[in-house]
Amino acid sequence: MTPVTTNLHAHASLGHRRSTTEAPWVRRSLVGVALAFLSLFLFLPLISVFVQAFAKGIGFYLHTVSDPMAISAVKLTFLAAIIAVPLNCVFGVCAAWVIAKFDFRGKNILLTLIDLPFSVSPVISGLIYVLVFGAQGWMGLWLNADHPAWPWLANWLNDHNFKIIFAVPGIVLATIFVTFPFVARELIPLMQAQGRNEEEAARVLGASGWQTFWRVTLPNIKWGLIYGVILCNARAMGEFGAVSVVSGKIRGQTNTIPLHIEALYDDYNFTGAFAVASLLALLALVTLGLKTWVEYKQAVLNRVEAKP
Amino acid sequence: MAQNHHRTKKIRVLPGFKLTLGFTVFYLGLIVLIPLSAVVWKASSLSLGDFWHTVTMPVAMASYRLTFGASFLAAVVNAFFGFIVAWVLVRYDFFGKKLVDALVDLPFALPTAVAGITLATLYSKNGWLGHWLEPLGIKVANSQLGVFIALTFIGLPFIVRTVQPILEDLDPELEEAAASLGANRWQIFWRVIFPMVTPALLTGFTLAFARALGEYGSVIFIAGNIPLKTQITPVVIMSELDMFDYGKATAIAVVMLVVSFALLLSINVLQWRTNRHNNISLA
Repeated sequence: MTPVTTNLHAHASLGHRRSTTEAPWVRRSLVGVALAFLSLFLFLPLISVFVQAFAKGIGFYLHTVSDPMAISAVKLTFLAAIIAVPLNCVFGVCAAWVIAKFDFRGKNILLTLIDLPFSVSPVISGLIYVLVFGAQGWMGLWLNADHPAWPWLANWLNDHNFKIIFAVPGIVLATIFVTFPFVARELIPLMQAQGRNEEEAARVLGASGWQTFWRVTLPNIKWGLIYGVILCNARAMGEFGAVSVVSGKIRGQTNTIPLHIEALYDDYNFTGAFAVASLLALLALVTLGLKTWVEYKQAVLNRVEAKP
Repeated sequence: MAQNHHRTKKIRVLPGFKLTLGFTVFYLGLIVLIPLSAVVWKASSLSLGDFWHTVTMPVAMASYRLTFGASFLAAVVNAFFGFIVAWVLVRYDFFGKKLVDALVDLPFALPTAVAGITLATLYSKNGWLGHWLEPLGIKVANSQLGVFIALTFIGLPFIVRTVQPILEDLDPELEEAAASLGANRWQIFWRVIFPMVTPALLTGFTLAFARALGEYGSVIFIAGNIPLKTQITPVVIMSELDMFDYGKATAIAVVMLVVSFALLLSINVLQWRTNRHNNISLA
């Protein structure tokens, strides 16, 4: 998760002294052990997704992924991501700005609270929204009360049969919750490391607050921000547990891509499940590719800044 | 940091403190804190007896044993192999290293449902790996071993990605000094390198363990979810939810949340100590 920096110095000084590196047989066996472990746990599963997806040929594959139920799942997944990612992106920038650029009491508590959604099981992430918006939850108690507060709103919601749980709004909320810390987690350490000098200089030279942010801060955090957005999006589109709790799993209506995969799998349509799963596996590979590219860009940026 | 601290305390040059702090706290409260407090609200509506009865019922107890046991074992296995993977990626050159380095993050990026059906299929009776293991009497699908395998898969990147940067930043002069003082390679590893990597290894271990405890999607397909045998705790919560018994679901969720928050706290303490350690070694 942390950006990887390569240390050329470490490589250069290895090798010319026997005592600072290992015997060739040790090196070869360690590489062998590492590759064997990764093959068993990473490469084999990855390959098998695509092999299983095309087990019944390209025709079946295209038929499965263009099925109306699949299309509706793709649409819902995109909808949830399009709402969740920008919101968490704005939050991430705000949180990183306040934490990196100012000193205030309770900063460490704020940092820990931002991390909370990472340490909550996906199933519990869904459960908390059921407790707030479900029929037995706060919203349900309010709507079913004899004399609810804000009766006009309660009546309007009852008349329109407005639902959050087992409906699209619940899916969007659960997605926002599970992807909540991604952008903030990427930006906070980056902006803390960059300090405040450049922004302070811009201010002293007469730049407005927005000018300082757009012209000084944003170019510096650009790659970290993109990286956070990529990770946030991958999780938003792939979330299963939390969405599974709040969705109700009505096919064609409240099924996201991961839920559609589960439905196909439970119907013993394994090839179909893997065909749809291959779309998400492809998304994961694109995510990893972009991540590697962004890390490379960030490393170049750091090297340019470190030169003078 | 310390110098900045003194300077900006006097005058706040940069704008937007109130706006960004306000929005951050508002959004955090709306999305995270208020919904989480609903757990406390629901749990407090249960009597202490009911609460205790629910969290200690046999299905729940069996699920804690399995969840904690399998998560712990998976984190141990990942600590061992993850360390080797990080070591190999930092210190040696081999064909395809860049690709391997990029793919280590696959379990972060691959949706859990996809990982779940893939592992279940690989280890099923007719699967690529299952049809080799089954004749040997090793049953992975619908067994506790399956839970362990799924949790190992999702925990792998945590160890590699916490250990890797520390290994990269190690000063080679320390090893050269130890070597010139007559230490052999094995002594240098155990007495010089390993102690410096230990905090990161512990952090990675705790992160992998914490993630495994709450994991749902990648486990349910391979585990078979047989009550008392292969049901992890999130599945117990899910089955209570399916019966619309939100009180019971919340009670078990409270147990999990308490453990998760304790782990989160220890991760923060560990990271704080790691940072301090690194600052000292830099100075």
